Amino acid sequence: MDITVNILLTIATAATPLLIAAIGELVVERSGVLNLGVEGMMIMGAVGGFGATYLTGSPWIGLLAAIAMGAVFSLLFAVMTLSLATNQVATGLSLTLLGLGLSGMMGTSFVGQPGERLPNLYIPGLTEMPVVGRLLFGQDPIFYISIALTAAVMWFLFKTRTGLTLRSIGDSHTSAHALGIQVIRYRYLAVIFGGACAGLAGGHLSLVYTPQWVENMSAGRGWIALALVVFASWRPWRVLAGAYIFGAVWIGQLHAQAFGIPVPSQFLSSLPYLATIVVLVLISRNKRLTMMNTPASLGQPFVPDR
Amino acid sequence: MMRLELVKRPQRSMLFSALSPFIAFALTIIAGAVMFALLGVNPLTAFNIYFIEPISQVWQLHELAIKAAPLILIAVGLSVCYKANIWNIGAEGQFILGGIAGSMVPVLFPQFEGPLVLPLMLLLGMVGGAAYAAIPALLKTRFGTNEILTSLMLVYVAQLFLDWLVRGPWRDPQGHGFPQTIQFNDSAVLPELMPDAGRANWGFVFALVAAVLVWILMSRMLKGFEVRVLGSSPRAGRFAGFGLNRMVFFAFLLSGALAGLAGISEVSGAIGQLQPVISPGYGFTAIIVAFLGRLNPLGIVAAGLVLALTYLGGEAVQSALGISDKVARVFQGMLLFFVLGCDTLIHYRIRLVGLALTKPEGAAKLEAAPKLKEAR
Repeated sequence: MDITVNILLTIATAATPLLIAAIGELVVERSGVLNLGVEGMMIMGAVGGFGATYLTGSPWIGLLAAIAMGAVFSLLFAVMTLSLATNQVATGLSLTLLGLGLSGMMGTSFVGQPGERLPNLYIPGLTEMPVVGRLLFGQDPIFYISIALTAAVMWFLFKTRTGLTLRSIGDSHTSAHALGIQVIRYRYLAVIFGGACAGLAGGHLSLVYTPQWVENMSAGRGWIALALVVFASWRPWRVLAGAYIFGAVWIGQLHAQAFGIPVPSQFLSSLPYLATIVVLVLISRNKRLTMMNTPASLGQPFVPDR
Repeated sequence: MMRLELVKRPQRSMLFSALSPFIAFALTIIAGAVMFALLGVNPLTAFNIYFIEPISQVWQLHELAIKAAPLILIAVGLSVCYKANIWNIGAEGQFILGGIAGSMVPVLFPQFEGPLVLPLMLLLGMVGGAAYAAIPALLKTRFGTNEILTSLMLVYVAQLFLDWLVRGPWRDPQGHGFPQTIQFNDSAVLPELMPDAGRANWGFVFALVAAVLVWILMSRMLKGFEVRVLGSSPRAGRFAGFGLNRMVFFAFLLSGALAGLAGISEVSGAIGQLQPVISPGYGFTAIIVAFLGRLNPLGIVAAGLVLALTYLGGEAVQSALGISDKVARVFQGMLLFFVLGCDTLIHYRIRLVGLALTKPEGAAKLEAAPKLKEAR
């Protein structure tokens, strides 16, 4: 029983960064913007979170720094694609490339330094409960944030007027503009929210998952988060499910390596990436489903006519 | 508070079309100066070490050519993809698979020598790269799967596959446990162009030939026209009878083959054996090269040389100033940002306008109307 609980806990830990980054990107894409820079914003969040923790000694400040780092970095993308109407695919790619380079440079002196882990939740009495105690009341704080964030985004997108407006912008920015909605302003806020989420996801990596700084430690998770949004056909609860499936794949291959299964470790390591491809193929085969849910103006630059 | 406002130009500006890479480069230099100053280094000293010293001697120019060759080869292929609005960002993986496929000859048949070895390796490299690129193309045309994500995921798979090969079945048994294959025999090594002057090899020639051929293809042949039409307006392309699916395959196979050629040229020329890592991110940097070169094969040659210099400069500041060689990645990223930003100037005029936060646009227009009457 203990092993099962432990495995479930590690799956949750592996799924959390994917979930947070994907939920953020989901809001961005719902507003009609495709930000391929998730990987870059995530790694900036990771280095920012680790750096601030290292300098101040407090992982809580690190957590805030990670969020701020992601948000500020995403602003770069917002200015380019929203104010200067640049190609979103190319700009997102350059955000990722810049983030990988910048984080590597900033993190040079952090390599090999011991990190500080965000403490797990502990509620006397509740956390000690058998089985469910640690699952429900003994995880890291970002886990709870991720669940709350998913619920909040679901509520925001589908139960509030602002959420409806955001979705309408994603489906037709010209119509929204004609109705007097501030398309660009909404999109700025969406992109910054996505950046903050990606930063937080990165912070999870360097403050909880493996509390240290390793170059390129995001290891493609930002890209997997992007794939998750497509997989979830832009629905928050499906992102949650997808993130946990991928968390399970990620942890499953690690456990398989540890058990010494006679398959080369490299093949096991490539499973999450191959699984992403398979899942994308399965979901895109259903053309009706993807056509119906894809925000219609996704990725198209918008220049308001005056 | 100020706000940027874009005003569409009636025609694309030829002036900014030509100037934008230069403006972008100038802005990168300024941003780089700020960065070096923040790192506590005199920017002039740093720039001298970064941009001037690495190309002040002939042998260094050869090193530049070695770095530029794969960048140009890959970027030339990618430019065709991007012109057609097809997003192959997995060139890094196609590069690796090209290197692996071409290396089959010297690694599996080390006794096989003679003039046939190299052409066979190069051919296999191109086939390997093209075959790997065919996967995202097939998934896109068959199932409509997003090619950005699949081609990128395949990069990680390729890196892990290479890692497995050189640590497992292809490891040199006499290599003292190092994860690498045997050294290629002499007839499997890409010859140097001028062995007396420096290390540059035939890979650079391949790059120039590829650039010229693709330039002819894009500007003088129907296929190039097809690429451009489908890229700017798939609907118009359909009416003209151009098949989008065929174009996806054409662009992916071409760019994959060129990336594969770059891979095997690098392995057989600059390295001489397979190692766990055979590319410092050429496949990704080539994306920047393609955009900096305006998706024009001849522009890409120039852009490839510039980006190759950022690699050499990064190594130089690392050894001279103790700054991480990641500084090269930062320069490359900034350069792409500024290029994309400056490209806006080609299609738009940029106006700075004061922003009245409380007034909606309609109200401002209404207020302006009576004033016009008064003026009359």
